[in-house]
Amino acid sequence: MSIDHVEVRSGAYADSVTLMRVSRRVGRLEGVGAALVAMASELNLELLAGMGFAPPRHAGINDLLVAIRAQDEDALQAALATTAEALTARPAASASAGDVPAPRTVGAASRSVGGGALVLLSLPGQYVFAEAVDAVESGRDVMVFSDNMPLAQEVRLKEIAAEHGRLVMGPDCGTAVVRGTGLGFANAVDPGPVGIVAASGTGAQQVLTLLDAAGVGVSALLGVGGRDLSTAVAGRSTVTALDALDADPDTELIMVVSKPPAAEIAAAVRAHAATLRTPVQFALLGRGRPDLTAAVEAALNALGRAVPRWPSWGTGDTPAARPGALRGLYTGGTLCDEAMVIASEALGAIRSNIPLEPEWALPDSLRAPGHLMIDFGDDALTVGRPHPMIDPSQRLARIADEAVDPECGVLLLDVVLGHAAHDDPAAELAPAVRAGRETARARGAELPVVISLVGSERDPQGTSRQAETLRDAGAEVFASNAQAVRHAVSLLTPGGTR
Amino acid sequence: MTDLLRHDPQIIAAGVGLFAEAVSAQAVPVTTVDWRPPMAGTEQDLARVIADPRRAAANAEAIRRMLAVRANLVDVVPAGELLGLQPGRFLHAGPPLRWEHASGPMRGALMGAAALEGLVDRPQDAERLFASGAGVSLEPCHHHGAVGPMAGVVSPSMWMFVLEDPATGARTCCSLNEGLGKVLRYGAYAPEVLERLRWMSGSLGPLLQAAVRAHGPLDITAIIAQMLQMGDEGHNRNRAGTLMLLRELMPEMITSGADAEEVAVAARFIGGNDHFFLNLVMPACKLTLDAARNIPGSTLVVAMARNGTEFGIQVSGTGDQWFTGPAQVAEGLFLGGYGPEDANPDIGDSAITETAGLGGFAMAAAPAIVRFVGGTALDALAATQRMYEITLEEHNQFTVPILDFRGTPLGIDVTKVVRTGILPQINTGMAGKVAGVGQVGAGLVTPPAVVFPAALAALASAAPAL
Repeated sequence: MSIDHVEVRSGAYADSVTLMRVSRRVGRLEGVGAALVAMASELNLELLAGMGFAPPRHAGINDLLVAIRAQDEDALQAALATTAEALTARPAASASAGDVPAPRTVGAASRSVGGGALVLLSLPGQYVFAEAVDAVESGRDVMVFSDNMPLAQEVRLKEIAAEHGRLVMGPDCGTAVVRGTGLGFANAVDPGPVGIVAASGTGAQQVLTLLDAAGVGVSALLGVGGRDLSTAVAGRSTVTALDALDADPDTELIMVVSKPPAAEIAAAVRAHAATLRTPVQFALLGRGRPDLTAAVEAALNALGRAVPRWPSWGTGDTPAARPGALRGLYTGGTLCDEAMVIASEALGAIRSNIPLEPEWALPDSLRAPGHLMIDFGDDALTVGRPHPMIDPSQRLARIADEAVDPECGVLLLDVVLGHAAHDDPAAELAPAVRAGRETARARGAELPVVISLVGSERDPQGTSRQAETLRDAGAEVFASNAQAVRHAVSLLTPGGTR
Repeated sequence: MTDLLRHDPQIIAAGVGLFAEAVSAQAVPVTTVDWRPPMAGTEQDLARVIADPRRAAANAEAIRRMLAVRANLVDVVPAGELLGLQPGRFLHAGPPLRWEHASGPMRGALMGAAALEGLVDRPQDAERLFASGAGVSLEPCHHHGAVGPMAGVVSPSMWMFVLEDPATGARTCCSLNEGLGKVLRYGAYAPEVLERLRWMSGSLGPLLQAAVRAHGPLDITAIIAQMLQMGDEGHNRNRAGTLMLLRELMPEMITSGADAEEVAVAARFIGGNDHFFLNLVMPACKLTLDAARNIPGSTLVVAMARNGTEFGIQVSGTGDQWFTGPAQVAEGLFLGGYGPEDANPDIGDSAITETAGLGGFAMAAAPAIVRFVGGTALDALAATQRMYEITLEEHNQFTVPILDFRGTPLGIDVTKVVRTGILPQINTGMAGKVAGVGQVGAGLVTPPAVVFPAALAALASAAPAL
């Protein structure tokens, strides 16, 4: 008979990554069946219910949930003690007269830091505006990793930034490279001639890593946020970022990576780009347009550099095409989008939580027959929890589900490496791939797994090592997402699913 | 244009620790913000107020005006003459208050003042008078350019310090300080309390008037700047300030023509009352803060005041509106056999000192008083450092030696209080909750948290829609 302990701690707060680590540590203790230490967001409350815990009566987004299922009272007490210790773990500090307490706002921090510092914000989206305004008002550029910032706040933030001559990267800016330093999810790449302005995080990472594979470095990668080129935001950050790169002597070519913007904004941005000294190449993703790999190839041509054969790591045995549905499980939104654009040319409708057509939308259950692709990094799936590039659990569970689905013909996945991403994603994914393929085999089917691996050789995880681990688990691995998708599609017979 | 690509990166990070760690791992210096969520339910109002296009300029203007104020002591005059107060009209500390809601010490002070003005024979008889409301009225000091410590009761025959900003001619005033222990402002009304008040009106007031008029404008701002270098914080410790005032006025007191014995009694009274100068710090602070009132869009707190029942704040961008909540009981040390159960909730206009960056905000300048309020010298340092989190500016004249002469934290910003949850730290005396008792202790107190989201909501509804 196990004991369920559910507790709500009002006013306690820790970020979602810290809490994930606490949950994982407590959950692995001897005698603990399940543990969830998380802010009481709607999503986490659902998760709690899903784990079979009785939901607490009063709990909101500012409250900390501690839920532990223990085999007995001793195990529970030990788990609570570990929870307390893990939550309070901080570098040892003793008060002395010279100590200054840690700043509590960006404004306060700005007073103690010299000029030139960039502010990096990854707070929950509903709170981030005040800190971002602090940053630009104190004369600093700011990168807002957070998503879920209301649109009106984004517009106002960028207006204030313009008054102060500052760049806002974001909100929902997943990646940036500034003077060789990767911010957010960024790949370790060499300095070089290409400057990138990106309204898309993983799209930019694909460009970075393909350039890296071609031996071409980047001067800077400036993210602008997924909505920057919308009518409301009107490309405010894109224009500022273009100007910054144009003034940078190391930048020989600028690439703008984005979904196709609103027509009038595209015209305005193109008109602005035409006034710059540096050539600007647009890589605008969408149906009937070149994919990212093609855009990188065009950039290499423009620079007079050779286009290499893009790396891939194959198993060597390509099964014959057969009926079945394509199931894409992505962590990168732009990679997922690109995959849908390419795959739908051959396969037609693809259901998704970020659908190409409104009528292709997946229900909230994320379940539907036929071809489908899920972006696990979408705003709606990340409220109060870490991004799937850090926390793979949601996607791993879905891989297991797909493996038992007789309709699933090919599994298409992305793995994004770099700073801040999971420190060894292949170690988590390879067993799931292997188990999935075995599950399928047990029901008499072969389940091909195709992976697009976005990483540079200098990334902390090491692209080759990750690729080999995944290949050894039975996956076909490609450095180009476009090539991965085309390969996955080639494994299915046209004419749809069974 | 942004110079992002010309500097080697240095990062200020708030949020997921992993991203800061990832930057550190690339050997780039990172300053981490110890961020916490704002007070519950304030996200919308915060966004709207922070987005208000008037805010930054309005706050800059508020600070500019505050720092431009010089507070000169220019006169000492009876309240009746200065404010046109007629017998039966009483000023009190804090936001507006009705007799039926008045606490023990407030009632005691009003009763004592009624007897002082001859409205009743004995203070005890005044209870019926105030309850009936016949021929009596209560108004906040703050509504008359005045401030009063503790109960802050002002009646026509009490003499007032008059302070003036020479540049604008703006004026504020405050009564004369009676000393510690059994005194009217703590709600005591025993015969010796009234006797002392009569002596202050009959002898001390006229003598100070003669001395100040003979001396000419006396720069109180300069004395405050110096007292901070001498271990005072201007609220609970005013010893150096008091002695500097006495040093300035003594020659003119002596040459005023008053009887030598009368001068000696006055000098002994002032010199023996460590809090005498508090009643000059307070109106100097009010003069400073009044200059910042009524600037549309400004989120600056221009008054914090307590009437013994409620704690109220006023904010520059919302005019004369008070935002109130229940006054808290201070934590600290008690006199004699008194304990927490004897203490009245927080009372007095003296939190105007904190509002202007002194008192609890300047604790680091006054390590000697932290023992009095039950802390350590490091607590004093931490208190001041914490207040920088919720203020807009650092004072250009009031500095803290131990912090390398950093200016005191000046100008409480409602948005920063709501964002950080850090409440202004106030040093205060504690009155006994029973009328007539007087002082029972001293300690530290904060405003009730609710007043800040309430002020923020009013600022938000005055701001353009986002």
